[in-house]
Parts: sequence; structure tokens; C-alpha cells
Amino acid sequence: MKISEDSIFWKLLLAAILIGVAAGTYGSVMKIDYVWRWNRIPQYFIYQAEEPQKIEFDGTVTGLSQSGDMTIVQLLSESNEASSIEVATVDLKVSKGDELFEGDTIGYLYTINLGPLMHGLWTTIWISAVASAFALFIGLFTGLARVSNNYTINGLASVYIECIRGTPLLVQIFIAYFFLGTVFDLSRNVCGIGALALFAGAYTAEIVRSGIQAIHKGQMEAARSLGLSLPQAMIDIILPQALKRILPPLSGQYISLVKDSSLVSVIAITDLTKSGREIITSTFATFEVWLVVAAMYLIITSVLSQLVYYMERRLSISD
Amino acid sequence: MIKANNVTKIFTGRGEVIRAVDGVSLDVEKGEVVVVIGPSGSGKSTFIRCLNMLESYDEGTVLIDGVDLKGFKTNLNKMRAEVGMVFQHFNLFPHKTVLENLTLAQQRVRKRNASESIEKGRQLLKKVGIPEKADEYPSRLSGGQQQRVAIARALAMDPKIMLFDEPTSALDPEMVGEVLDVMKQLAKEGMTMIVVTHEMGFAREVADRVIFMDEGKVVEVGTPEHFFTNPQEERAQLFLKQVL
Ligand SMILES: Nc1ncnc2c1ncn2[C@@H]1O[C@H](COP(=O)(O)OP(=O)(O)O)[C@@H](O)[C@H]1O
Ligand SMILES: [Mg+2]
Repeated sequence: MKISEDSIFWKLLLAAILIGVAAGTYGSVMKIDYVWRWNRIPQYFIYQAEEPQKIEFDGTVTGLSQSGDMTIVQLLSESNEASSIEVATVDLKVSKGDELFEGDTIGYLYTINLGPLMHGLWTTIWISAVASAFALFIGLFTGLARVSNNYTINGLASVYIECIRGTPLLVQIFIAYFFLGTVFDLSRNVCGIGALALFAGAYTAEIVRSGIQAIHKGQMEAARSLGLSLPQAMIDIILPQALKRILPPLSGQYISLVKDSSLVSVIAITDLTKSGREIITSTFATFEVWLVVAAMYLIITSVLSQLVYYMERRLSISD
Repeated sequence: MIKANNVTKIFTGRGEVIRAVDGVSLDVEKGEVVVVIGPSGSGKSTFIRCLNMLESYDEGTVLIDGVDLKGFKTNLNKMRAEVGMVFQHFNLFPHKTVLENLTLAQQRVRKRNASESIEKGRQLLKKVGIPEKADEYPSRLSGGQQQRVAIARALAMDPKIMLFDEPTSALDPEMVGEVLDVMKQLAKEGMTMIVVTHEMGFAREVADRVIFMDEGKVVEVGTPEHFFTNPQEERAQLFLKQVL
């Protein structure tokens, strides 16, 4: 479809519909009089922790030296041992000459910490990344097995693919954790990543197989007629062409993997989804948290889509 | 040079059994040019594909320079490098440049280094008349140019024999000549060739021997003069009437 000048109308219509949907949702929410507490959310991204700095002996303050926001408090114990403690200047609790007892608070140290949403985000990202790497590996070899003429290898690959594609990922994760994890004494991370990798690997294998089969058989014949071995022909001739072709479905699969990884929260891996659930139990800000969590997944997947878009453009030179 | 004895290839599929090649024997001497003609579906492609085992034959033997293709100790990949093949649809590697098409197998199979293989590649591109296309991708070339690159790619392996399977059938008529010229040149230089073609002019001019195949069998063999002027078999006569 061609986008022309009069598309301004359709743009306005799109905007109107989106605003309408948003307004409708807002109206419905107002009716059930839900109390929005957006102000509770930011602290779950990043928060400031205060750590009281206490004197560990009885002694006196012999001096204060301020440098910027921080102040170094010089202390002398009753047994004449000198030491110093650094605290924030704003709420310094002591002045020069004060007599202090063990356990008195001198001041506070403030640190910036990442909240559970950020930790959850990180967990989601690294679990997805590791699972993707394994899935690519599994998928490539299983896909090759599926185009193999060897009945056994081909059969094994088919059985694996059918089992994975015929069962829900959630059940696979349960089996990986409660059954395989118990039998082989595997950690929850290994089970979660393993289940995701096997799941995405099966789909990748089908994509790889279809990609290889889409390459005209004359390519393999030409390669073999020149004396290339089967692996050489695969690596130099068939796979590069197939991979270029399957990049769109393949990247879709791996973007899905990021979303599917939310299911590992059921085996108590604290990913983004599990972090969201935990925050809700302490804030009751159910709507806000799930909206924020959804937005965070959306950001990851959009960034990935953009990346794929640029890769596709760079790969299209030889067409 | 090449000795095919009683080669038979059977395809089974959808309940039918097709003897695509049915007991074909052929001896080709060094430097000889053999043209294979025959109606569509007569087994010409299948037969020459047996000569480098792109198609594994069910019966008979093929010896290349005395080496049995199905021999217990035969390295099939090595043997294939000795037998160049040019396909109807060129089958160039579209993700590689023209020069890379020519150098890849030299490096992988003949173990030549980059500069040797590039030099050989450029030399062959000059020979087939398109040295300026070295760094283009095949999709940017005309059909005739692509087929000439395909010939150069096969020649880069220094084959003992060249097989051509209807090399001009997929070309626009105005490009047929440039490909045939390259093939004539090769023949003149003494290359051993087996050519499946419908180009009767080429057969007349270049062939030492013409083989007529029908229904998987060799029906008639002879010199071009004999074959085109005085064919013995009725099927060959009918076929010639149609194509000439
Ligand atoms: N891969 C195949 N599977 C089944 N039948 C085939 C296959 N290749 C060729 N044939 C059959 O073998 C016969 C000979 O085909 P082919 O060698 O291509 O003939 P030609 O090249 O002379 O036109 C035809 O009947 C064709 O249908
Ligand atoms: Mg044919």
C-alpha cells in the first residue's frame, strides 16, 4: 500500500482511535475508584539507601574536615587510638569536642541502589540471552539433522521437535524443574534456561530446516560438483543463503523468547515478572506495576526489533 | 578418459518405476567432444549426472581415468573436482561475487592460497570474456555472462573432463552464441567434453561423435555427418525432423 499526501487523514484517525481507547479505559478505571499510586513505583527502579554510621567505642570528636557533600569525622578513643569515619554533611549528628558512647550515630552514608524492577530486568535479559545462545546452537544442529538423509538422526530430531512443539512451555518448565531438576539435581536457573533453550531450539530447528530446503537444490549440486564435501557445501554455500532468508522468522522467534521467559517466574526465578509480583504484595499498586512491567518488556522487544531491522538492511547487499 | 559401462539409473516414486538410464555404455577418449541429443525425458541429464555421481547409478560402472567412481577407496570429492559440470540454470552462488564463485572451490578443494586462486580466477574470466565483472554479484549479470562465469568456475578446478547439461537452453536467443563460442574455444584447445544440447549447429561443427538417446537407451551413435545426413533409426529420424 502506498502512503500518500492524504494519509494525514488516516494518521488523525489512528490518533483519534488510540485516544478513544485510552479515554475509555481511563473512564472505566475511574468507575471502580481505584487509587493510583504512581509515586510508589520509582523507588522500585532506583532508591537511595541510608546507612547509619556508628561509633564503635567510647571517645571524643577531635576534628571535622568537610570536602564537598562529605565530612570526615576524626575520633579519638579513650585508649588514645585515633580513627575517622566519613559521613554525609547534610545530617551530621556531631560537632567538634563532643563526647560519644559506643553505638552513637555520627551521621549517615547514602548510596544509590537499583531496585527490584532493575534486578528483575537484568535477570530477564541475561536468562533470555543465555537461553538464546543455546537455542541457536540446538536449533542449527537439529535443523541440519532434519535435512539429513540418515534415518536415525532425522528421526531423533523429529521426535524432539514434535515433543516440544506439542506441549505447553509452562508444562515443560515444570517438568524441567520438578522432574529433571530433582532427578539430576539441577539449579532452578539451569532448569529455566534449559527449558527455554530446548523450547526455542525446536522452533529454530524448523525455521532452519525450511530455510535450507528453500535454497534451490542446484546450489548444493553445483557445490558438490566442484568437489566440496557436504559440510563444506553447507557452511560455505547453503547456510549463508539460508540464514539470510530466515533472519526475519528467526528474530521473531528470539523476540518471543524474551517474552516467554516470563514463565520461568513460576519456578521462583526472580525475573521481571516475578519482581512485579513481589512488588505488588508490598504496595498493592497492581495496575501500575503490571503496566510498568509490560512497558519494560515492550522496550526490550522494540530495541531488538530495531536491531534486526538494521541487520537485515546490511545483509541485503548481494540481492 | 571416461568409461561408462552399462550404467542404469532407476527412479521409483508414486508407484512407478522409471528406468531413466537403461544400460548406457560410453567410452570417451582424451580430447574428444561427444554431443548427446534426444527428446526431453530421454535420460540425457540423468546419464551425465551419473558421470560425476550427482546421481548415484544403480547398475554398471563409471571409470574416470581408470578410477572407479564407486570404488571402495575412491575419494568422490576428489573425483568430482576432476569432472567439471555446467548446468542449464548456471547455479552460480548468489551470495558470492563472480571472483569468489571462482576461487572458493580452488581454495577448499585444490588447497590453493588466496593469491593463486584469484590469479587463476581472473585469468579464466579474461578467457570467457568478462574480466570486468570480477567483483559483481551474479544477479547483476546477464544470462549469457552468468553461464560463462559458470564455465569459468568449473574450469578453475583444472578438470580432465567437462560435462554440459543444456548450457544454452535457459538463455535468451541472442546470448546463446557467446556461450557456444566459449565452448568451441574449449573444444579447440583439446578439452574432453560431453555436451547435452539441442544446438544442432554446435553438434555439427564441434562434435567428434553424436549420441542419440531415447527412453533411457542409446539408440544411435555416429559422426555428425553420418548422424545428420543419414540416420539409421526411425526415432532419430523423427527427432531430427522436429528439431532441424
Ligand atoms: N529425481 C527424479 N525423480 C524421479 N524421476 C526422475 C528424476 N529425475 C529425472 N526423472 C525422470 O527420469 C527421466 C529422465 O529424465 P532426464 O534425465 O531429466 O531427461 P532429459 O534430461 O533427457 O530431459 C524422466 O522420465 C524424468 O521424469
Ligand atoms: Mg535434461
